[in-house]
Amino acid sequence: MSNTVFSLCGMCTVRCPIRVEVENGQVTWIEGNPHILDGALCAKGSAGLALLADDERPQQPLIRRGGRGAGRWEGVSWEIVLDFVAEKLKGIIARDGARSVILSCRGGPFIDPARAFLKALGSPNFTDHDSACGRNVHHASLSVYGLGRVDLAYDIKNTKHLVLFGRNLLEALKVGEANQVLDMLDAGGRLTYVDVRQTITGLKATRFFQVRPGTDYALTLGMIQGVIKAGAYDQEFVSRYSTGFDQLAAFVEPYTIEWAAQECGIKAKSLHGFIDELGEDRPKVIFHPGWMLARYRDSFYASRNLHLLNVLMGNIEIKGGQILAKGAKDCGKKGIRNLVDGIPQPTEKRADGVGWKHTRFDKGPGLFQLFYETMQTADPYPLKSLFCYRHDPLTCFPDPAAQKQALDHLDLIVSIDTHYSEFGWYSDVILPESVYLERDCGISIQKGPKPRLIYRRQAVAPRFDTKPGWWIFQQLAERLGVGQYFPYQTIEDLWAWQLEPTGLTIADFEQKGFVDLADKPVLLALDKLANIYKTPSGKIEMVSEKLTKEGIATLKPYASPLKPPEGMFRLVFGRTAVNSHGHTINNPLLHELLPTNTLWINKREAVKLGISDGDWVDVSADGVSGVIKAKVTEFIHPEAVYCIHGFGRQVPLQSRAYHAGLSDQKLQVGLLNDMDPVGGGLCLCEGFVEVRRSSNNLKRSVEL
Amino acid sequence: MNTYLIYLNSKRCIGCHGCEVHCKTNKSLPVGPILCEISHEPLRSARGVPKTVFSFRSCYHCEDPQCVPVCPANAMQKRADGIVHVDQEKCIGCMACQNVCPWSIPQLNPVSGKAIKCDYCLDRVDLGLKPACVSKCTTHALKFVRLVEV
Ligand code: SF4
Ligand code: SF4
Ligand code: SF4
Ligand code: SF4
Repeated sequence: MSNTVFSLCGMCTVRCPIRVEVENGQVTWIEGNPHILDGALCAKGSAGLALLADDERPQQPLIRRGGRGAGRWEGVSWEIVLDFVAEKLKGIIARDGARSVILSCRGGPFIDPARAFLKALGSPNFTDHDSACGRNVHHASLSVYGLGRVDLAYDIKNTKHLVLFGRNLLEALKVGEANQVLDMLDAGGRLTYVDVRQTITGLKATRFFQVRPGTDYALTLGMIQGVIKAGAYDQEFVSRYSTGFDQLAAFVEPYTIEWAAQECGIKAKSLHGFIDELGEDRPKVIFHPGWMLARYRDSFYASRNLHLLNVLMGNIEIKGGQILAKGAKDCGKKGIRNLVDGIPQPTEKRADGVGWKHTRFDKGPGLFQLFYETMQTADPYPLKSLFCYRHDPLTCFPDPAAQKQALDHLDLIVSIDTHYSEFGWYSDVILPESVYLERDCGISIQKGPKPRLIYRRQAVAPRFDTKPGWWIFQQLAERLGVGQYFPYQTIEDLWAWQLEPTGLTIADFEQKGFVDLADKPVLLALDKLANIYKTPSGKIEMVSEKLTKEGIATLKPYASPLKPPEGMFRLVFGRTAVNSHGHTINNPLLHELLPTNTLWINKREAVKLGISDGDWVDVSADGVSGVIKAKVTEFIHPEAVYCIHGFGRQVPLQSRAYHAGLSDQKLQVGLLNDMDPVGGGLCLCEGFVEVRRSSNNLKRSVEL
Repeated sequence: MNTYLIYLNSKRCIGCHGCEVHCKTNKSLPVGPILCEISHEPLRSARGVPKTVFSFRSCYHCEDPQCVPVCPANAMQKRADGIVHVDQEKCIGCMACQNVCPWSIPQLNPVSGKAIKCDYCLDRVDLGLKPACVSKCTTHALKFVRLVEV
């Protein structure tokens, strides 16, 4: 007998809704939830079966016995490991206070128990990976609308023109979104793609701008100037809802289309053609403000301009534009309960300085990389322990060697994850979480034009001695004397407690795997639109009042990026549809598809260096180097080299991924402290590497 | 007479190789055999945009398949609806079918020691479902087409 379980994929952070078939305790089939995705799923989604079957993951709690990173683990029971961690933490808290504990995660809908745990301890130092991801976009969004980056959703399916700056959304893939893009193209919509190299997203584009790396800000300035000059913007919308237009118009005056074309290395004629198209397509034009935009020193400003271009299009709260993400209240419903809400706010200031020293940043999760400095200086106070829940900072942030130096100041490092991360391997304790098919998660609201409540449901029993996150944090909380904030023993208790105000029960989820809070997309009436912006002025701010008060120029004069010295290149990185960051590289079926990465290098540059397609090349930066095969192509800018992120892993127990390919973050030497001063994002593409033909290439052929 | 065809709308295909994994997991295949294949030509610039198209290949389910008569165990069979498939019970793993197939389509499953090839997911088709690769294609680019006689 086979039975159906509706759940959420866990192979990447998109968490597509899935339908799982289980027969005799075995998963036999996973597909995209037919109610939402009509079966569609990506390669990773199907490879969840291989993850489940894989033995190369932590199989029981592990306590480090040798030196950090030496890989000498002692397998212990949950009783022992939880007591061990609790005792250590008690000692740390007694000496240095709860504030000396940091907890980081990778965000997402199911972090409530983790956040609640840290808050219950009394530490303000909750953080996440976002400074290596969307912080610049988020801060840019706040400075324009007073709304966070997830407060606006994009109605891509119904738009006429989607503009993407390096947002490679057909490879950094969300199944639902990819289908929206293709539906939009099928309906005759346009796609403009901007990148330093060609990607699969770019293949589908109706217009492609291959720009010089680091010039996105220049291109957006030229676009704004072009739009204003051509009058291709919504004057009524702009004057009604925004402030600062005249300053913006005056500021962009010198940044003409011809100037931008020259700076970016593209054709002015094509850029004019693009502006003409905007005139035809607006207001149904979406400029994607970026997702992972921890790239350049002016990425914040580039993203801000993309937000402003949306405003100029007047695309807010319309079909085919940006639609405000709605919550339960907007649908006239009561929301769910979350554990964090019932816990008193810690009174200490954050150790990363966010909120008091760095007042320009959104407090939220702060900025992880700033903790590294505090670990070493103990200023404003000492840090002693770091928990990473589903987060691998050694893969996600630059310069792992520098990170390890800072981590060595800590007394307790704990990794809670389903797989061996690079961070886990360097930790003192690994608390293995069951993989997504083996665990339940709490309930969460998925805000959007049509919000819904979602949950993750266990499909099969754990194969090994692993546990779900909600249980791990509850157990730790109990041992640390803050169990009262975790009013549950079982997941059913937790679900019931969360759902109580809503009048729903968990049975309401079983039919489809989610509960819709609205029957159709909720659009605000036009007269309500004036009151949604949470900026100081209550309007869309083309010039940010808050930044001005901080002494930061909102309209920043453009500075051209450095040109790499001879023989050197700017190292850029990206994603593929068959892997998510570092954590699927060792999956048997995904490894079969993509066992390693390559270094894309421009053909002309390769010829100069005597590099042929498929040659091994040495890539080095400041004493760190790696070897990788070259992929020689015309379709990357000569100043850049590119590789897929996530490879070059160094966990020996991951036999397939071990030392396969090159790790970009190891070559990002010195970039750990290189932060966009206004956006808070790291500048991961601000490093240069040297590329040479490697001596590993065969020098002679001995065999006939 | 062949009844079925898998058609790829290359305008929608994003070369994500999902279909290959959907197929493998449906048949519980180990690392090694891949029964369908997404490939593409090198990129070429078309009106300023470097382009290529993806193509999908599984098995041609030939009208007159060479793999069928060559099979010494009568394991390779063509059904009345045109589906060419391997009877796993009968297959002895000699791989004569692979040798004779112009595209070397049949592959050895290293775990079972038997030949395996695309069979249009006939067990699913017989239940009125679509093949795995089609059902789960990331972008609904693959279509399972039932041919009608004209
Ligand atoms: S995009 Fe793929 S891996 Fe990510 S959640 Fe969706 S199906 Fe899973
Ligand atoms: S799953 Fe669909 S979109 Fe992806 S490669 Fe296969 S046919 Fe193309
Ligand atoms: S295996 Fe080869 S010969 Fe046999 S039906 Fe398929 S394509 Fe034809
Ligand atoms: S039809 Fe079935 S066997 Fe053939 S390629 Fe598709 S999934 Fe594989």
